[in-house]
Amino acid sequence: MASEVLAKHLMRGLLARCLRIHVVEAFLVSLGVAALYKFGVAEPRKKAYADFYKNYSPEKDFEEMKKVGIFRGIT
Amino acid sequence: MLSRAAWSLMLKKSGHGRREMHSPEAPARGEGKMPPYANWYAERSYPMPEEPFCSDLNAEQQALKEKEKGSWTQLSHAEKVALYRLQYHQTFAEMNRRSNEWKTVMGCVFFFCGFTALLIWWQRVYVYPPKPITLTDEWKAQQLQRMLDMKVNPVHGLASHWDYEKKEWKK
Repeated sequence: MASEVLAKHLMRGLLARCLRIHVVEAFLVSLGVAALYKFGVAEPRKKAYADFYKNYSPEKDFEEMKKVGIFRGIT
Repeated sequence: MLSRAAWSLMLKKSGHGRREMHSPEAPARGEGKMPPYANWYAERSYPMPEEPFCSDLNAEQQALKEKEKGSWTQLSHAEKVALYRLQYHQTFAEMNRRSNEWKTVMGCVFFFCGFTALLIWWQRVYVYPPKPITLTDEWKAQQLQRMLDMKVNPVHGLASHWDYEKKEWKK
């Protein structure tokens, strides 16, 4: 119905363009999630374990438990 | 909606139309049926019904149908609308209009959930047997004390939240 001429749309390669954008996006998102997990979960967890075992003495732990009386083999 | 399309496909494959299903072909076979089982019923997933909406046409409508057989450019706008209304019960806008049915549905769902909650409460009070001793508060306290003595999960778990010097939970 319009008498003016519209500019020609992009007719080809639409799926390829869409896929390219999404592939890049997926790559970046997965990298981001992996980095977040590493620095949000994995590193703190490793640090917590390292801190716990830095000054840990199994003998002291054992003596504490023995004193409380949870062992059945010894008193 | 899905079942209607599937049912119709099955009928077509078996060679019957919807009208001839239980025949001998009786007059006015589709009468008395209400939508969505009437032959003229259409919906968004089934847009082309088997029968037109108006099958019994008066003289004026039949004349219009005859005119329809000629060139459509000779039909006026009002005539085109009249022909549409003969053929179809509703326009797409009318058939796809939204409704407030969801409110009724959700209301009834919540109502019956609440009723079920009352039944379960009654059951808890009058049907359940007494708790086993392992679930009494005294036993649970002794169990917790034993777990703290054993220092279960001392890095991230239970014993990590207990302060062994002050004998209380860490803040």
